[in-house]
Amino acid sequence: MRQIAIYGKGGIGKSTTTQNTVVALAEAGYKCMIVGCDPKADATRLILHAKAQTTVMDLARERGTVEDLEIDEVLLEGYKGIRCAESGGPEPGVGCAGRGVITAINFLEENGAYADDQDYVFYDVLGDVVCGGFAMPIREGKAKEIYIVTSGEMMAMYAANNISRGVLKYAQSGGVRLGGLICNSRKTDKEYELISELARRLNTQMIHFVPRDNEVQRAELRRMTVIEYSPDHAQANEYRTLARKMAENTNMTIPTPLTMDELEALLMEFGIMESEEEVAVV
Amino acid sequence: MKILDHNELFQRPEYLEQFENKRQFEGMAPPEKVREISEWTKTEEYKELNFARKNIKINPVKACQPLGALLCSGGFQDTLPFVQGAQGCAAYFRSHLARHFKEPSVAVSSSMTEDAAVFGGMNNMLEGLENAYALYTPKMMAVFTTCMAEVIGDDLNAYIRSAKGKGTIPEDLPVPFAHTPSFVGSHITGYDNMMKGILSTVTQGKKGEPNGKLNIIPGFDTYTGNYRELKRLLDIMGVEHTTLGDISETYDSPTTGEYTIYPGGTPLADAADSVNGVGTIALQRFSTAKTMQFIKTEWVHKTETVTPIGIKNTDAFFEAVVKITGKPIPKDIEDERGRAVDVMVDSHPYVHGKRFAMTGDPDQLLGLISIIMELGGYPAHIVCTNGDKKFKAQAEELLSQSPFGAQGQIYTNKDLWHMRSLMFTEPVDMLIGNSYAKFLWRDVGTPLVRIGFPLFDRHHLHRVPIIGYQGAINIVTSIVNTVLDELDRETMHTASFDVIR
Repeated sequence: MRQIAIYGKGGIGKSTTTQNTVVALAEAGYKCMIVGCDPKADATRLILHAKAQTTVMDLARERGTVEDLEIDEVLLEGYKGIRCAESGGPEPGVGCAGRGVITAINFLEENGAYADDQDYVFYDVLGDVVCGGFAMPIREGKAKEIYIVTSGEMMAMYAANNISRGVLKYAQSGGVRLGGLICNSRKTDKEYELISELARRLNTQMIHFVPRDNEVQRAELRRMTVIEYSPDHAQANEYRTLARKMAENTNMTIPTPLTMDELEALLMEFGIMESEEEVAVV
Repeated sequence: MKILDHNELFQRPEYLEQFENKRQFEGMAPPEKVREISEWTKTEEYKELNFARKNIKINPVKACQPLGALLCSGGFQDTLPFVQGAQGCAAYFRSHLARHFKEPSVAVSSSMTEDAAVFGGMNNMLEGLENAYALYTPKMMAVFTTCMAEVIGDDLNAYIRSAKGKGTIPEDLPVPFAHTPSFVGSHITGYDNMMKGILSTVTQGKKGEPNGKLNIIPGFDTYTGNYRELKRLLDIMGVEHTTLGDISETYDSPTTGEYTIYPGGTPLADAADSVNGVGTIALQRFSTAKTMQFIKTEWVHKTETVTPIGIKNTDAFFEAVVKITGKPIPKDIEDERGRAVDVMVDSHPYVHGKRFAMTGDPDQLLGLISIIMELGGYPAHIVCTNGDKKFKAQAEELLSQSPFGAQGQIYTNKDLWHMRSLMFTEPVDMLIGNSYAKFLWRDVGTPLVRIGFPLFDRHHLHRVPIIGYQGAINIVTSIVNTVLDELDRETMHTASFDVIR
């Protein structure tokens, strides 16, 4: 069983990319599971064709304790037999979402959600590794492979670099490794080259460049992955390619995060950001 | 200077006057009103409101996970319990255990404060491990957490590896760990988590030749007398055994004039070799569930779970020992059983038909329900704050096996304030519980037999076993003598001059 955690800046397309990739893996005959680690609970919407109504923390809130939950209530089966669970969490601005992730993953583990015949478990984790709770999926015994979804936008790259720092910490003490960057294209200038170079500097690879296509949007509106909505579309094949590359990936590394100055220098090198002198001249 | 006890001190006129002034100053309701409300809290109407209560617990019968983890780690030789969290928490576990056992309770804490809450507790842990190892030279450090470390998501495994990687503590020092958030489960969950952590650490790579020994896991058992009783019984049977988590010396060591920081516990070599035993018997189910699951799948030897409280349960315990070791039951033990039965026959006229309210940990309650029914008593209100659905089902099944179980109601996740309502609206003859049940005795007037944890207000009860046939004799003795004390009190001013009961 391979456990994989997907990180990346909020809104970068983690959930879409994860779900499409998982469907591609399921299509290839693998048994897969997705664990959504985000209070918004939208990491399984395209598989279940509806937003999960019964997240672990929702039910825990209703019952008063997580101990009264049954695994079948929170582990649902969706498209192509993909098993889906969502941690859920508090409303924005209150409580501790990180603890929600810890509670939910412990619950799933203790109640045998990780069946022996499972080939892949994907954790779709909110935004950044902001606190210990969001590092739960990469602790010992869980996900050993991390992929970071990014794009050529500066803040997405900044987040990718930041996440690498979190991964580095866990790589040193445990067996966690970075499997690569997934570039979810935003059609920024020299995006392919820029992310390839960022990957190189981070001591990893750009495992795939997913082009931007409105078919993704159309499928999402119908609560489906592209592979289900239009299986013959070129974009569906992109996800199939990504899935195959991930399945075959053996390039697992310890990342070498950049300093803020190095990151800015990289952007300037690619002409994305003007140097201070240039700004001053203007 | 004569120092007055608070009982006398607060009865002096100056204090009584102060109390009266305070009452007026705070605008307290007049005594009649207080009495009126107090009476109202005894009604059926109030009981319904009380049971509808959602957002508060009043005197729950449970402690938190790390306290169980501390008890567990104290059961291993030369082991320093290490609390990853705030100092105040560590002080609470230690004082709670010290008050019960009347013995010192050893533990260190990493003293996490505001900055650790923000930046994570890794530095506290690294420094803490280094200091504690240098100062107290333990052979093992058992790490467990408080709420604070759990909420911020401290990763114990990563921190311990990091400490070893940096050479802060020796690479070969066993440092088992357990995540023990106080807001999940109770002390029995913490015990289970720590026991699993310790056993998985010390037995790693030790699978070898079978040693022919039987392992016993007592569970969260705060009766040092039970540990000694168990040893006595197995010695009589000639069964070589290892008690895993043996706190009998740790929390009941002889006074010699010399202080030792680690007075007892299971020798680490024996704990490591337990993986090669012929089998493992757990004496509690709910405080060893994860541990036993681990043993079943990883050690692959015979396992049994049985709590030897009462005749039937003790019989089942010996059957389990025979099943695993193949040793016969000697006549001495059969005689002990006979004596326990004799004791029950002698006392049953005073216990038969009596209704009991009881509180405590799940496994202990199952044992008590069983022995009360054997005595012909009716378990009535059974309040188990830390009991789950499985416990409820098991307890109901047990009650259904005897006509004496017919009046029994199981209340899980309820507290002593619920019990108070039950005892006022549906009175019972006897109450069994820990020291906090004293307040029910005060309020309701029902005689109390102290069994459980903590026992703060009576001495040495934890030194008297409640398991095995001798334990059954001890339980019957406490129950029947409490009944007789009460009977004497009730008949004090009557024509009764009965000196024989």
